[in-house]
Parts: sequence; structure tokens; C-alpha cells
Amino acid sequence: METFVNDIAFIIGTTLMYSTPLIFAAVGGVITERSGIINIGLEGMMYFGAFVGAAVAYFSGDPWLGFFCAGLAGASLGLLHAIATVSFSAEQIVSGIAMNFLGVGFALFISRLVFDGATQTLTVPKKIPLPLDFLFGEGKLFASSGFMDLVFNRFATVYLAFILVFVAWFVLYKTSLGMRLRAVGEHPEAADSLGISVFKIRYGAVITSGFLAGLGGAAMSIAVVSRFSNTLISGHGFIALAAMIFGKWKPQGALLACLIFGGAKGLEIYMGAKGVPIPSGLLATLPYVLTIVILVGWVGRSQPPASIGKIFDKGEN
Amino acid sequence: MTSVDFSHKTVEMIDVVKKFGDFTANDRISLTVHRGEVHALLGENGAGKTTLMNCLYGLYRPTEGVIRVNGEDVVISDPNVAIGHGIGMVHQHFKLVEPFTVAENIVLGREPTKTLGRLDMAEAERQVAEISERYGLSVDPQALIQDISVGSQQRVEILKALYRGAEILILDEPTAVLTPSEIKELITIIDNLTSEGKSIIIITHKLHEIKLVADYCTIIRRGTFIDRVEVAKVSEQELAAKMVGRDVSFSVSKSEVVQGDRALTVDNLVVRDNRGIAAVNGLDLQLYHSEILGIAGVDGNGQSQLVEALMGLRQVESGRILLKDHDITHATPRQIIGDHHICSIPEDRQKRGLVLEFDVAENLILETYMRPPFSRRGVLDNGEIYRFADHCAETFDIRPRNTGLQAKSLSGGNQQKVIIAREVSNNPDILVASQPTRGLDVGAIEYVHKALIEQRDNGKAVLLISFELDEIINVADRIAVIFEGRIIGILDGDEADENRIGLLMAGGSA
Ligand SMILES: Nc1ncnc2c1ncn2[C@@H]1O[C@H](COP(=O)(O)OP(=O)(O)O)[C@@H](O)[C@H]1O
Ligand SMILES: [Mg+2]
Repeated sequence: METFVNDIAFIIGTTLMYSTPLIFAAVGGVITERSGIINIGLEGMMYFGAFVGAAVAYFSGDPWLGFFCAGLAGASLGLLHAIATVSFSAEQIVSGIAMNFLGVGFALFISRLVFDGATQTLTVPKKIPLPLDFLFGEGKLFASSGFMDLVFNRFATVYLAFILVFVAWFVLYKTSLGMRLRAVGEHPEAADSLGISVFKIRYGAVITSGFLAGLGGAAMSIAVVSRFSNTLISGHGFIALAAMIFGKWKPQGALLACLIFGGAKGLEIYMGAKGVPIPSGLLATLPYVLTIVILVGWVGRSQPPASIGKIFDKGEN
Repeated sequence: MTSVDFSHKTVEMIDVVKKFGDFTANDRISLTVHRGEVHALLGENGAGKTTLMNCLYGLYRPTEGVIRVNGEDVVISDPNVAIGHGIGMVHQHFKLVEPFTVAENIVLGREPTKTLGRLDMAEAERQVAEISERYGLSVDPQALIQDISVGSQQRVEILKALYRGAEILILDEPTAVLTPSEIKELITIIDNLTSEGKSIIIITHKLHEIKLVADYCTIIRRGTFIDRVEVAKVSEQELAAKMVGRDVSFSVSKSEVVQGDRALTVDNLVVRDNRGIAAVNGLDLQLYHSEILGIAGVDGNGQSQLVEALMGLRQVESGRILLKDHDITHATPRQIIGDHHICSIPEDRQKRGLVLEFDVAENLILETYMRPPFSRRGVLDNGEIYRFADHCAETFDIRPRNTGLQAKSLSGGNQQKVIIAREVSNNPDILVASQPTRGLDVGAIEYVHKALIEQRDNGKAVLLISFELDEIINVADRIAVIFEGRIIGILDGDEADENRIGLLMAGGSA
């Protein structure tokens, strides 16, 4: 019985850990797409963020500095995407693909330069801390490896992700800024005719999405694991994109979808650890297959913001 | 009309020029509006009315010219500045956020907030209720835009402007989308607003509405200023002539034609709408060759569903449609068009009538592309297609003559000409025209009416569905009044008068 409860706790714990990078990126996706700009470059932004986060944390020894710089790295790609799509009305999908190449390219290029030709960083001296241990001392609040410990004693990034979802929900639905952002995504001409700057809102939203995707990357490279490697981010940005869609372009919905994916990942790791006789390659597909099955079967049709992907032309010249 | 205060000029636009690249949309246009005045801006489609008003509202920056508001020179660089000067605009195509509530749309950009930038929707709803009561604009602040009628949406647009303290209200073709009773309400609202000292600029090309509401009228044609007139001192004919640049006949000249054989019989037809309600509910109708049968009625009495059933676009629940003696109740659209020679001018020309992204030539062969000479063994013959298109453009006076232009770049009147050209060159036995003149200006309306009458004169049967009573009375040989999905009275065109039909349209007996 004891082990069964602990197994459950283990799965919940890993679920939270693996969901976290996705939640950051998916919330970023919600914010940009709600403003009407598609960002399929989330993957590249996570990738770049994961590298910069690990590299800065390695050289500075400060995981929080690394985390913040990861956000800036993602945001810099976000800025590029905004310049292309908002200022120059570039096709958003094409620009997003370019961001994916750029993110990977920048990360590997800089990695080779500073890590002696390697496409991975060295192990960071300090990972993102566990706040409960930090506040109360290791093993003080909950007994080590007990149920509560396994579930709740998680990296600070996990807590931040949940706080982020709340903040994003609050801003989007309860503040005037959020209402304007949603209006811009639904009907930019209407917002424009009321003196709302579509330009500023979209720039802000796209850069924010890059920032959050960058944080998501670091939540992977300096919390879930302790270094960046070239296969660390493999499709997470696209999963986050899918989570955003399945979550109906809402932060709380995206959270739920990310948790489902994280849960499947937790199950995969658990079954792997238990030595369930399934080939590991097949097991590794579980999160992807399960996510699609659950979400397609369970979530209905979702309606994107009306202006999404369309070029907004002020008609001025 | 008595509320004009001539000592106070609220808006003066002087020699305003607006160019788009090389194209001059407004060429030195001037306009003056006084306090409490309703000023009409009249011009054909594409004359530059919307462009001029967009300059006043700060959506466009004029290339040249001066704008004065309340006697002061102003530079209106964006809508915020316009709003700051008390200018509000209701656009022709509403700018409303569909999934938002009425109150959210009204306060958007100027939201009442509490601490932390939190929205105060209770306060917003209170303010909306207050203004809507004051000016008699009834709306439900909590309803979603996507759930309310077009008339209510327009009231929301007006409220948006009033909420921002508009003293000058621009209405861009406000009546184009309204039913007759909604138009009456709008006129009442306009009276309320001017009696409070507000000025209204109304864009329209419906002349009798100008006579009804406006004090003064500025007429523009192809981007140039033509005249400014006191409405009470000119006739509709004079207004039309100034707008079009030639004399326009309102009464349609028709020769006498003897009614031909029966072309189409509709027998006890029942058709359900999308909500499952029997929108057409036991309808009987006979249509003869060499006649135009007008279907008069208020919008929403089953007209759309009747046409969709006739054209094979909507399942018939029960009853029959007979072409001579041939049952076509369940025929497919391609059979109906290709084999049974029934063609239609659809009510929504942009959604159903045209593929807006296709060019004019492609739109002209939408129904015949699969047949020679336009295609052989599945391969299109562009030479033939463009030859045919150029011929159509010439015959039907489609402007500009370039048939390689996308349909969406044409004006409404010319889009309608493309549809008419396509349907008429298909040489149908029966032509079903739904609201063929909706949103068109007088010149284009005259053209459409002539085309319909020509079809009749050539022995075709024409079914004309319209909400415009004038149109039905002018054009139709017989008039059937539709009410709640049934024909409740048929009158001869000669003996029909507006009052009798109006009574029937409201469900009374004539
Ligand atoms: N943003 C724009 N760019 C280029 N041409 C335009 C633009 N807006 C309007 N036009 C052109 O200016 C002319 C006047 O248009 P508009 O003001 O909309 O006419 P109206 O409102 O009188 O029907 C039309 O020929 C139209 O094609
Ligand atoms: Mg216009």
C-alpha cells in the first residue's frame, strides 16, 4: 500500500515537473495568438532559452540569472518575429519556421564557440532551487520521499508556472489591457478605430510569448535536468502549441492540456523505471499518443481568435 | 430639422485631397456642418464618401486641405484625436468584436477600471444603460454581439460614439443593412440626437432618406465636389442627376407583354431554417413566362429559405416544386442550373454570388467552366475564357474593363453586373433574383431593373424577391406578398398600391 501511494506521488511529481516547461511556452502562445499573431516559433525560442539559461547558469553559477537570461533570449527571437509579422506583415507561419531554425542555429553556434565545439553545455553548478527546502530546510516540512515530499517539494519553476497561469488569466480577462489584447486579436480594425494601438499590443504580446518560451526552455535545462543538450528540447514547443489549441486559447485550458501531456510523460518514466516489458522506443511515444487521444476525444472544437494569421493593414500610406 | 444653429460651424473640411499612391480618391472636397444639423453626403459607390469621412475620423491622413472643428484648425492624426474633438463614426461595416458583450464593445479603449487596472464592468454597464436611456437606444448591455440583430448592432455602434462624448456623429450608409422598421427607429434616434445639439453626417445613396432626415446635402462624384444644397429646395430627381451626372429615370419603363405559359409551380412547400423552424410553411406559387413576379415581404418571412429550396441549396421538408410537369423538388444545384435552366442572382453577392479572390473572368464561368468551349477534357481554355469575359464586360458594361482583376476589387454595382452577366449569358428559362439592388446606387439600380425587364421581354420567367416595396411596385407584373412562410395575397402590378401591400406585409388582409 505504502509503495502504491508513493508510486502515485511519484507520477504526480514527475507530471508537474515535465508539464512546467510546456506551461510557460503554452501561456506565451496563448498571449500572442490572442493578439492575432501565430507563433509556431515557440520551439526555437524554447531551444534558445534552454541553451542560454544553462550557459549563463554555468558561467555565473546563478540559476536565477540563467533563468532570466533565457527569457531574454526567447524575447529577442520574439522581437524578430514581431518585426517580421507586425511591422512587415510577413506570413506568420513562415516567420515562425524561420524562428525555429534561428533558435536552434544560434544555440548550437554559440555552444560550439564557448563549449569547445560541443553541442551541449557542461553541468550547471546550481539548479533552480526547491523553495520548500530553501524555506524550511531539507526534509523539514515533509518527510523525505514521502507522499507530500514527492508531490510538493518541486522546483521553484513549477510554482512559478502555476502563478503564471493565474496571472495570465487575470490579465486577459479581468483587466483593461487584457480586454484590449483580446479585442485586437478578434477585430484589429475595431480596436484601431477606438484608438487602441494594434502595433504596440502585438509587439508586446509576441515579445512576451518569446520571453515565456525562453523561460520554458530554461525550466527544462536548469531544473528538470542540469545542462543543455542538443536533443533536450525536441518538439516541446510544438506540444505547447498543441496544448494552447486544445486549451481553447485560454491559459487555464492550456494548463490542463500541458498537465495531461506531463502526466503521460510521468507514466512513461514510471513504467520505464518499473521495467514494464515494453520497448523503450514505443514507451517514449506514449506521451504524444496519449495526449492526442485524450485531447481529441475529449475536448470539442475550439475557435481561434478571429483575426489570427491575417494581415492587418491600416490602409494608410 | 428646426434645430440647426447656423452661428456655430462644428465641422469644416476645406479643399481636402486624399491620394492613394497615384489615385486621387478625394480631390479638393469641402464640407460644412452646423450644430444640430443633419448633413447628408451623397455620391455613387466609389465616389469617395467613406474616404473623406475616414480623413475626418483620423483613420486616413488627408494629403492636402484643412479641417476645422468648432472653428479651430486641427490635425487629426488618429481616431483618438478625433474622439478628443468629439467626433464619432459608425462605419459601414460595423467594427464590433463579436464574442464580446455590448457593454464591452462600447467601453473598449476607455474602460472604467478599479485598482490594478481591473475592469469595472458593473460601472460600464451602468453607464451604457444611462446613455442608452437618454437617447432612446435600447440595447441589452450583457448580450453578446454575435447574438443580437443588425439593428441592435448599429445602436451599439452609435452608443460607442456617444459614450466617448461625440458631438459630431458620422454614419456611413447606416440604412443599407436595416429593415424598414429599423430605419424608422434610426430616424427617431437621429432626431433625438440633433435636438440635443449634436451634428450628424449621414452617408447614403437612398434619396428619399435624405429628403426625410437631412437639412443639407453635399454631393460628390468620382472624388470631386459637385454641389452643396438645401435639401428642402431640391427634388429627388435633381439630387440623383447631380450624383450620377446624368438624368436618371426612377419609374421603370415597361412595355406591355402577354403572360406566357406556366413555368414553375410551387405546391404546399415546407422548408425548415437552420434552427429547425418551418420558415417556408405551406407555400403555393405559380410563375409564368414573360412575367416578373415580385415577392414582397419583411425580411425573415421565409424568402431566403424559399430561394435556397428553389436552387437546391436547402432540403425540402414536404411539398413539391414543378418545372412545367417535371418534379425538381430534390434536384441538385448543378441539375437545376445546367439541366433545368433556372439561374439565380443570390441575395449575398459576396458570399454566394462571387468568389471574391477569383478574377472577373473566372467568376463569369463559375457555372459553365466544365463545358466546352471553356474546357476540354478537364483542361481550361484561358483564351476562350478571357475572350468570353471581355465580351461580357463590353455587353454588360462592367467597369473597369480589365477582366483579370479580382472580383473583390470591384464596386458593389460592378460586382452585381458580373453576376448578372454570368446568369443572363447562361440563357436561363427562369431567373430568380434575390434583393438584386441591395446596397447599390441609383445608377446601378436602374441598370439591374432594365436587365430584369429585358429578360421578361425575351419570354423568360423572373422571380424578384425584395424588401424594397418601391422596387417591387415599379418592376413586377404581379406581386405576391409573403408572410410567415406563406403567400397571403397576390395583386396585379397595376392595381397594387403601397398601403395595401404594406398591410399584407404586416400580416393583415387586404
Ligand atoms: N485604402 C485604400 N487604398 C486604395 N484605394 C482606396 C482605399 N480606400 C478606398 N480606395 C478607393 O477610393 C475610392 C473611393 O472609395 P470610398 O471612399 O470607399 O467610396 P464610397 O464610400 O463613396 O463608396 C474607390 O475607388 C476605392 O477603390
Ligand atoms: Mg463607402
